[in-house]
Amino acid sequence: MYSEKVMDHFSHPRNVGQIENADGTGQVGNAKCGDIMKIDLKIEDDHIVDVKFKTFGCGAAVATSSMVTEMVKGKTIEAALAISNKAVAEALGGLPPQKMHCSNLAADALHEAIKDYQKKQAQ
Amino acid sequence: MKRIYLDHNATTSLDPEVLKAMMPYLTGEFGNASSIYECGRMAQKAVVEAREKVARLIGAQSDELFFTSGGTEADNWALKGAAEALRDKGNHIITTVIEHHAVLHTCEYLEEQGFEVTYLPVDEYGLVDPAAVEQAITDQTIIVSVMYANNEIGTIEPVEEIGKIVKEKGILYHIDAVQAVGKIPVDVNAIGVDLLSMSAHKLYGPKGVGALYIRKGVKINNLLHGGAQERNQRAGTENVAGIVGFGKAAELSCDNLIETAERLTRLGDRLAKGITEKMDHVRFNGYPLHRLPGHVNVSIEFVEGEALVMSLDMQGISVSSGSACAAGSADPSHVLLAIGLPHEIAHGSLRMTLGKDSTEADVDEVLTILPRIVEKLRAMSPLYQ
Repeated sequence: MYSEKVMDHFSHPRNVGQIENADGTGQVGNAKCGDIMKIDLKIEDDHIVDVKFKTFGCGAAVATSSMVTEMVKGKTIEAALAISNKAVAEALGGLPPQKMHCSNLAADALHEAIKDYQKKQAQ
Repeated sequence: MKRIYLDHNATTSLDPEVLKAMMPYLTGEFGNASSIYECGRMAQKAVVEAREKVARLIGAQSDELFFTSGGTEADNWALKGAAEALRDKGNHIITTVIEHHAVLHTCEYLEEQGFEVTYLPVDEYGLVDPAAVEQAITDQTIIVSVMYANNEIGTIEPVEEIGKIVKEKGILYHIDAVQAVGKIPVDVNAIGVDLLSMSAHKLYGPKGVGALYIRKGVKINNLLHGGAQERNQRAGTENVAGIVGFGKAAELSCDNLIETAERLTRLGDRLAKGITEKMDHVRFNGYPLHRLPGHVNVSIEFVEGEALVMSLDMQGISVSSGSACAAGSADPSHVLLAIGLPHEIAHGSLRMTLGKDSTEADVDEVLTILPRIVEKLRAMSPLYQ
């Protein structure tokens, strides 16, 4: 069963939406397995100043997406890259075992968004 | 908060009259039905009466009914018992891809034991083609097992037509009727079925009790060995209170079968119509013409089923979903995939099954709440533009 924190983030997800002209966008998962997470970042002076997500998926997928946006806001890129899927799950008070794999991809989406930002910067 | 329960295919509430009938056997009348003294005889008498009531519900003779611990045991007994008994005649079993796991996993077990199993496909409505059954039959075929009605999409299979073909070839015919009995008229003689599984808790009876109908003259091996209960064919002290509850539930559903079915069909239609009117990108699953009364299975695009179930639950509405997450597995429902739904559509499916206590007000409440939830989840979905 889901923890209270998961239920809270599922029923009141934080930072839902998208950022116009985002500095970085990351998307992971696929519809076939039932989970897709997309994260948009606004980055200034190496800091994540705004973050939004959109997720198609189960309760755990929504909750991890919401949680990772809270964890990362205001952080440096370096600190954001250090956040793991496991850390997100722990911040939610744990996830049911069957959810640890497929629905716990929010940090991956975040890292993809940062990579996208870095790629754009390099150009 | 008044809860709205729309998952009657999962289980039903215990009818208060059923509980009342059971109570004496949970309290004072605790005797073992095998004992010869007074309270044992009382228990025995209660079991005999219950057997008659359950038999009447499916048009059987009472000595053709054997109580089990539920539908799963009845399916296991029918398939394993028949396969073993007929091993000398052949090793081929025919069933369908949309059976309940109680049948599918039993068939997989029998494959491990050296039997060969053909899993027939279904069409987009979940219908088994009787001609395909005929074509699949070989001189090795010993059992054909088809469900009466599908638990997920509600499709009622052409069991009579299939029965004609199977009986003509002299093959044993098993039907998993767990979802049909008590909801639609079931007549074992009209179908010509040899073995038929049923369960009490799907018709407002208690959990933990079911029955297997075994046509007179049909011999299958025992599944459980031990005492001489159930005329030496199903060992184990009778679950007297459960059996009495099953009998009472059968009697009650017999009394109101057609009336309740018609009312639930109307309510289900109201629900489906409302969904169509209030939401776009939805598709209904199951056979529109012959479906269980009050059964609505709908795929709602761009949202995931478990999220829908959880959101509805928070609003006091209990439904189920065929999504992988809701089922706790890697893939969405095998039934939804079998009718050709792509994974992403199957993940967004919702099953709402109405029951005898469901009201128009319940349906209308769902039609108010569900579109709001879908709108919220779609706003969150990267797939929805």
